[in-house]
Amino acid sequence: MTKSDLIKSLQERFKTYTYQDMYQAVNIIFDSMVEALRKGERIEVRGFGNFTIRERKPRLGRNPKSGAQVELSERRVPFFKTGKELKLMVDNKK
Amino acid sequence: MTKIEIIQNVYEKLGFSKKESADIVETVFDLIKEKLAQGEKVKISGFGNFIVKEKRSRRGRNPQTGEEISITARRVLTFKSSQVLRKALN
Repeated sequence: MTKSDLIKSLQERFKTYTYQDMYQAVNIIFDSMVEALRKGERIEVRGFGNFTIRERKPRLGRNPKSGAQVELSERRVPFFKTGKELKLMVDNKK
Repeated sequence: MTKIEIIQNVYEKLGFSKKESADIVETVFDLIKEKLAQGEKVKISGFGNFIVKEKRSRRGRNPQTGEEISITARRVLTFKSSQVLRKALN
């Protein structure tokens, strides 16, 4: 499922709203999540999971193609921890 | 940020009622969950991909007692953040 499939499914559930409205709603949801993470905030969605920021220390890496050594600076990466309910749903144990 | 604040954002920016905004946000997460439960992957451009992976059974250890246990085969969810999101964070 892609974002546009999600928007279509959403519109089928809310027939009174337009596709444009649902398009905007979905974008507002994910844009606001990106914005929160950008500010270093964590996101908690009960039943779904939590998004947190993890700090990566600077390190020396290698270009896997050329083998050349490259310096990787300190950076922040997003991390997702699946929520309990969704974890069980995915494993079909619920 | 919690779901309440996501709902608040939709409410302020879209002009739906609070109740409608809450229904929309709940439904978005429910739809994603339904797909993942079916083993389908969900790709949100600009955010990331949620992918269900099959894990084979393996031997593990209880980290507290050191006792060997068998870990059954299972399906787990992984999240691969999009390039756009990773760029936004740095």
